[in-house]
Amino acid sequence: MARRRLTALVVTLGSLVGAAALWRRRSGKGKEYVDVYFADGSMVTFAEGSDEAARLLPIARRLLSSAR
Amino acid sequence: MLGLPAVDAAQALADLVEISAQIEAAVLAAADGTVLASTLADEERAGAVARDAVELLQAAAGGAGGPVQLQVAVPEGSVFVVRDEERLVAAVTGRDPTAGLVLYDLKTCLRLAGENVRPAKKAASRARKKKDDGEVADGAA
Repeated sequence: MARRRLTALVVTLGSLVGAAALWRRRSGKGKEYVDVYFADGSMVTFAEGSDEAARLLPIARRLLSSAR
Repeated sequence: MLGLPAVDAAQALADLVEISAQIEAAVLAAADGTVLASTLADEERAGAVARDAVELLQAAAGGAGGPVQLQVAVPEGSVFVVRDEERLVAAVTGRDPTAGLVLYDLKTCLRLAGENVRPAKKAASRARKKKDDGEVADGAA
């Protein structure tokens, strides 16, 4: 009986951790980033907080407000 | 873009906005930022979008040369810029767009706009050659 409860507890905790990770990943997608694609096929992502993103994000925000 | 008809810049942009429901506004411009066509009614705003798109491409240039396309995502929405040798197209979308589809549609728009320029150049070249041939024939007669 105790073993069954322990298994249920482990499964429940595992599910909670998985759901939390999935939620964090999904919510992270809405954050700020810059994807830059080059002619040679390479691509680089500048994440929020990087120097490149700090340079590019204000320009993009200005562009967005001009377009809306 | 084989098999697609030649269209002018405004038509290419109109087609783009019709095809891609995710695109809220778009501006087609020359590489220097001169506006060729826009879905925005206000010319000043279209010019500002084109200038910012040029600035974005310049600011994003890195060791691998100039970027050919980029996406900037912020909580308010996304900005996309795609360029070729002569033109660029900038578009804005809402939050979490399907980036691959938007970029594909923007590249198609650029190609369609380019199709209009190339036949015109060929026609001018043909006309010039015809004129030269005519002058040679006149000289011979």
